[in-house]
Amino acid sequence: MALVMPNAVLSIANLRVSFPRMEAVRGVSLALNRGEVHCVVGESGCGKSISALSVMNLLPRGAVRSADHIRFHEHDLLGMSERQMARLRGDKIAMIFQEPMTSLNPAYTVGSQMAEVFERHRRTTRRQALDRAAELLARVGITAPGMRLAQYPHQLSGGLRQRMMIAMALMCDPELLIADEPTTALDVTVQAQILRLLHKLQQEMGLALLLITHDFGIVARMAQRVSVMYAGEVVESGPVEQIFKAPTHPYTRGLLDCIPVPGVTKAGEPLGSIPGVVPRIAPGFLGCGFRDRCTLATAECAETMRLRDAGADHFYRCRLPPNWKQGTAP
Amino acid sequence: MTHAIEVRNVYREFQQRSSLGRARGAVCAVDGVTFSVAAGDVLAVVGESGCGKSTLARLIMGLLPPSSGEILVDGRSLVCVDRRERARLIQPVFQDPFSSLNPRQRVRDIVGLPLASQGDLPKARQSDRVMEMLARVGISTEMAERLPGQLSGGQRQRVAIARALVLHPRIVVCDEPTSALDVSVQAQIINLLAELRRELGLTYLFISHNLAVVEHIATEVAVMYLGRIVEHAPTQDLFRQPMHPYTQALFASVLTPDPALGVPDVALGDAYPDPTNIPSGCRFHPRCPKAFSECPATEPDNIRKDGRLVECLLAVDNQTRADRGDGSVAHFQLDR
Repeated sequence: MALVMPNAVLSIANLRVSFPRMEAVRGVSLALNRGEVHCVVGESGCGKSISALSVMNLLPRGAVRSADHIRFHEHDLLGMSERQMARLRGDKIAMIFQEPMTSLNPAYTVGSQMAEVFERHRRTTRRQALDRAAELLARVGITAPGMRLAQYPHQLSGGLRQRMMIAMALMCDPELLIADEPTTALDVTVQAQILRLLHKLQQEMGLALLLITHDFGIVARMAQRVSVMYAGEVVESGPVEQIFKAPTHPYTRGLLDCIPVPGVTKAGEPLGSIPGVVPRIAPGFLGCGFRDRCTLATAECAETMRLRDAGADHFYRCRLPPNWKQGTAP
Repeated sequence: MTHAIEVRNVYREFQQRSSLGRARGAVCAVDGVTFSVAAGDVLAVVGESGCGKSTLARLIMGLLPPSSGEILVDGRSLVCVDRRERARLIQPVFQDPFSSLNPRQRVRDIVGLPLASQGDLPKARQSDRVMEMLARVGISTEMAERLPGQLSGGQRQRVAIARALVLHPRIVVCDEPTSALDVSVQAQIINLLAELRRELGLTYLFISHNLAVVEHIATEVAVMYLGRIVEHAPTQDLFRQPMHPYTQALFASVLTPDPALGVPDVALGDAYPDPTNIPSGCRFHPRCPKAFSECPATEPDNIRKDGRLVECLLAVDNQTRADRGDGSVAHFQLDR
């Protein structure tokens, strides 16, 4: 498959994550280069967050992870001990979560939480770590960083907290940043500001950014490459322009039709919608996870669906030919 | 014609207390709001969190009394309408269908409760009405016997809509009805709400922060900032030409799915609005990219023109200013 890139910062091949009665991730492969923004997009329960957590080996109890490989540069993350992983987390690989309040300790000041990462990985003094923290807070656009360092998380607004989380993730100059719905809990105005900041920092630092989101607006504005997930699988992946210009999987097309676009969608006309609900995938499930909601499904869709090449580095997992048209599909 | 909703100069204050219970001054969540909604219209109220839009919704539903001012629903003052009657006029649909439905009641009992508490319909008719309503929102007879925990988010929101409509109210207050749902399900619920409005002639007050959804469903939009409505206009006019700098910033931050566009630069600074400390003059001035010397000093008046309202010093007609002999800001023009 074309996803094997020799210089990839992160490369995942055939990742599977299963829980006792559910398969959350079913053979996800993706690769991410230096300086690239890769968006994983999908609805709740599609396995996008679980895929991100498997990279960090932070899966909830009961989850079983397997893969052909998960590589960070040349290091094999699958074979690493917990101790080796802990050395990477927060250092070369950093992560930002959706709701900063739940991932911060309310009993410690901003400064002490930020400094801890740096002291741990770089074996510096508290003083040096706090200087580094102040430098990064300024870099993410927080004024009066000295004052902020002495504050507790609850004293900051949502937007400031998320800026602080970004600063914290960047403390040790990571090469890979995984951001799981970093702006979902924020107001639209603040969301735009935070995304702009992330974009700027990503460019300046040459970060590889794996951005998990459910919002196609964010995908369009941020990503270079997109993986659309449904029911634990990547159903379509490709360069961002391709995905929006020529979406091929019926799920991707359906989902794009559901989104109202000011000035484009006609008010008063119904939005496109996908009937039914996201299924739970039991162990042993075969075939396309979307077939129960798909109007074009046939018996063929119950068999294992291979990945097809639509050209231009664009892949999809469906029986239909790349240029199928609504209404005329076989 | 009587308006479905009429809000006249309404204020609502909340007393702030320290952790020891001492009074720490008041926060004015709704600060002098006036508007009306014609029957059959959809008024969307948009704004950032903390701007008072949910407080406004609760005032209109009669769940909170205003500190001053008057609210009329269907031509009658809310203070003169008792609870049971109010329930027949106006009903809510809340954001989170996971917390707004009783987890230990079956779906049919949840939807039947408003009828049972009104108590003027025989039991058998009540049950018919419940099943009729559930069928209308797309909940099967079999699902009616289930508990909310056994339903998906979209199905639960359908149940919440059925419960709101079972008394045949005139007005439905939807407080972020789709923001907890997935995109594909959000579209289903928006379509359902639009259909129901057409069929039943409902009036909606639609609280949302998703401007794309608002443009799709609303006939009018009110933009709230720190407790005041800073702009109010018919949806198409507003989207064609937002006048208030805050509205312009809100619109700029909508991420339309177009990969040719980058991340927008929303020039709002990071002075996040603090309702406990409302700025002097125009309350938006510390974040406003177009603020000028007069903004921190002068509270802008409501400018009403062509069925629109805007509260900004820049919107004052140049002519009016010239008449007043105040030419200093005459060169400011709103972006077209």
